[in-house]
Amino acid sequence: MAFTPPKETHAGKVYAVTIGSGEGAVTFGGENVLPFNTFEGASPHRPVIAYEIQDVLPSDWPENVQKPYEGVSGDPATWARFCQNTLKAKAIALRLVGTHPDRENRSPEDAAKTVRDVLAALNVPLIILGSNHVEKDAPVLIAAAEAAKDRNCIIGKAQEGNYKTITAAAMANNHKLIAMSELDINLSKQLNILITQMGFDKERLITDPMCSALGYGLEYTYSVMERIRLAALAQNDLTMQPPMLGDVGMYVWKIKETQAPESELPQWGSTEERGIAWEATTATALLVAGAELLIMRHPMAVEAVEKVIEELV
Amino acid sequence: MALTGVEIFKLLPKTNCKKCGHPTCLAFAMKLAQRQASLDSCPDVSEDARRILGEASAPPVRPISLGVGDKAVKMGEETVLFRHDKKFVNPCAFALEIKDTLSEADITKKIEDVVNSEIDRVGQKLKIDAIALTNESGDAGKLETAAKLISSKAPQVPVIICTTNLQAAEAAVKPFDDRRPLIYGANADNAEAMANVAKTFKATLGVSAKGLDELSTLTEKIKSFDVEDMVIDSSARRAKEILEDNTLIRRAAIRKNFKPLGYPVITFAQREDSLHEALIATIGVAKYSSIIILSSIEKWKNLALFTLRQNLYTDPQVPMQVEQKIYKIGEATPEAPLLITTNFSLTYFIVSGEIENSKVPCRLAVMDCEGLSVLTAWAAGKFTASKIAQFIKESGIENEVKHRDLVIPGYVAILSGSVEEKLEGWKVTVGPREANGLPAFLRARAT
Ligand code: SF4
Repeated sequence: MAFTPPKETHAGKVYAVTIGSGEGAVTFGGENVLPFNTFEGASPHRPVIAYEIQDVLPSDWPENVQKPYEGVSGDPATWARFCQNTLKAKAIALRLVGTHPDRENRSPEDAAKTVRDVLAALNVPLIILGSNHVEKDAPVLIAAAEAAKDRNCIIGKAQEGNYKTITAAAMANNHKLIAMSELDINLSKQLNILITQMGFDKERLITDPMCSALGYGLEYTYSVMERIRLAALAQNDLTMQPPMLGDVGMYVWKIKETQAPESELPQWGSTEERGIAWEATTATALLVAGAELLIMRHPMAVEAVEKVIEELV
Repeated sequence: MALTGVEIFKLLPKTNCKKCGHPTCLAFAMKLAQRQASLDSCPDVSEDARRILGEASAPPVRPISLGVGDKAVKMGEETVLFRHDKKFVNPCAFALEIKDTLSEADITKKIEDVVNSEIDRVGQKLKIDAIALTNESGDAGKLETAAKLISSKAPQVPVIICTTNLQAAEAAVKPFDDRRPLIYGANADNAEAMANVAKTFKATLGVSAKGLDELSTLTEKIKSFDVEDMVIDSSARRAKEILEDNTLIRRAAIRKNFKPLGYPVITFAQREDSLHEALIATIGVAKYSSIIILSSIEKWKNLALFTLRQNLYTDPQVPMQVEQKIYKIGEATPEAPLLITTNFSLTYFIVSGEIENSKVPCRLAVMDCEGLSVLTAWAAGKFTASKIAQFIKESGIENEVKHRDLVIPGYVAILSGSVEEKLEGWKVTVGPREANGLPAFLRARAT
């Protein structure tokens, strides 16, 4: 029996988002097919992986992922430059975790200074993230967005509880914006609508349906991403057409599987390789589900995922 | 794609004799289309109609069993393209490649690795499911020797014999007669002869062709030799091709009911770089492979792949629940803090993960709330003061801990007074709203 490939074309299309400027600028999104289904449509841009750095020493990271940054992680600008020059990062994600009230409780002014220092050191685009403290993130991200004015960064994350201030800050300073809600396609849709109703251009948005690590709810993120992408393409739902973020590193490097020593759990094998594999597997699964932007930590995990992307495009 | 009522009606005797218990043939046809009746109720249906209807109602991806006994692996029977529509049915099998060029000692070591690969994860036993013996040597005798070794050392483990050489296949499959092995297999040049070997040894036949068009032709041809238990390989090896071919195969089978590709897919993921191989396998697990062949099975890699498979093959419609009990996290002494939450697995994972993260040993009381998260369970009246009090009292925790201090989630701060009232002698502390506030909260209390 002759075989006719059941190809599918879609009315909808994911917005292409460009961040940064000049030679360092990168673009992701833009496809009108399900992830990597290039046999039936266009997928003009590869997913982008940003290296995560933070404004304070990564003493809260497991040792195996601190190690690659030994000697550079004491200063955010040095750390950023190391990722860009030595690791060939295509983008950097600066998490201002030190502003969290339960951490160093650094001020919005401190955060703004860090942002300026890091931007001065970089050619590649910058993603600026708060500490995920709904109240504190508002003033911190306002200051950070101003400090990065006109550098075409991504600011995040706007959540239900603080999206108004953060959206206004991103809009006033010409940045892109991450909208995050918790593992529910309807919540994602609603937040995107609220943000665009403020006058924010939907083509400058990035949807973060919330990441979960392999073994810790990955299937929820995976399925929400698949559903969002199907809504964007098959149903041509304009509110679901921004590209998606997988904030992988932060979720992966706090679970047991990336830290428990082999001496305690011999059946789990090498701690270091396990941690790297955990981050790379989580990232790859989310790419297949629809993420176009990933934030990751371990250089070897990033390298492995880049290699698999190379084989997928 | 099943037949419509009208299409079925055309195949019925159209005598309206009512023997089926329905007033007309059309009424019966409508019931058949909705799968609310069985064709057996009509005594007069022709053989031809029976065959056509039987084929149309067969599952879109043929069910196949590899091996026998409690280690047998079921494949196929999938009904959807996306797991949010309906549960993926049969988790894909992982098989370790063993080359017949290896020494006896090396083969034995690999067999042992497979046999000892089982890990328990959230109550499920996960393992490398099969061995794929490959005819790297090109020599029938070598393949046979290795097959006998595997058969004697791991008689329970399902086996895939990989060779296109007829004599080698016959010799190597013999030790697995009656144990449902898979012979991979058949191609355009040896199809009929290989089909005969498969028939003789009641083996499933792995069928390989270049691309989906040739593959469809070949499975049809093999079916004409009366072999229907097949797994298929389109020769896709690069990630992009695997994703493309697997997607088209699954779509053709499910959306078009295209029988020539309605078989489980075998994927060869072997790579020099073990991590790269794990990621190729990741794509296979997510996108429709039924068997994935690996060249190495390090423990770290197994754990990642097993977990992924477990995650993606859970039922999306049933909230995952964990068992109601008091979990110890870290070396919890009788003085260690006691926290309570609900038994939605995601809640449990996130809360226990943050407790681990805090490095403060704790006890976590997980209460059965039918798999709802804290806020939903509270709203639904399942996470209430009296139920919490009852659970704590009946859990026997009062004999286990020295203190009487219970930490409740910040989202249900409103319950603190009434829990104290109902739980005599206990003090209630309100914890953070979000789990990510736990490390700071617990560390502050510990000092
Ligand atoms: S028994 Fe068969 S022939 Fe008679 S009414 Fe039913 S379907 Fe028609």
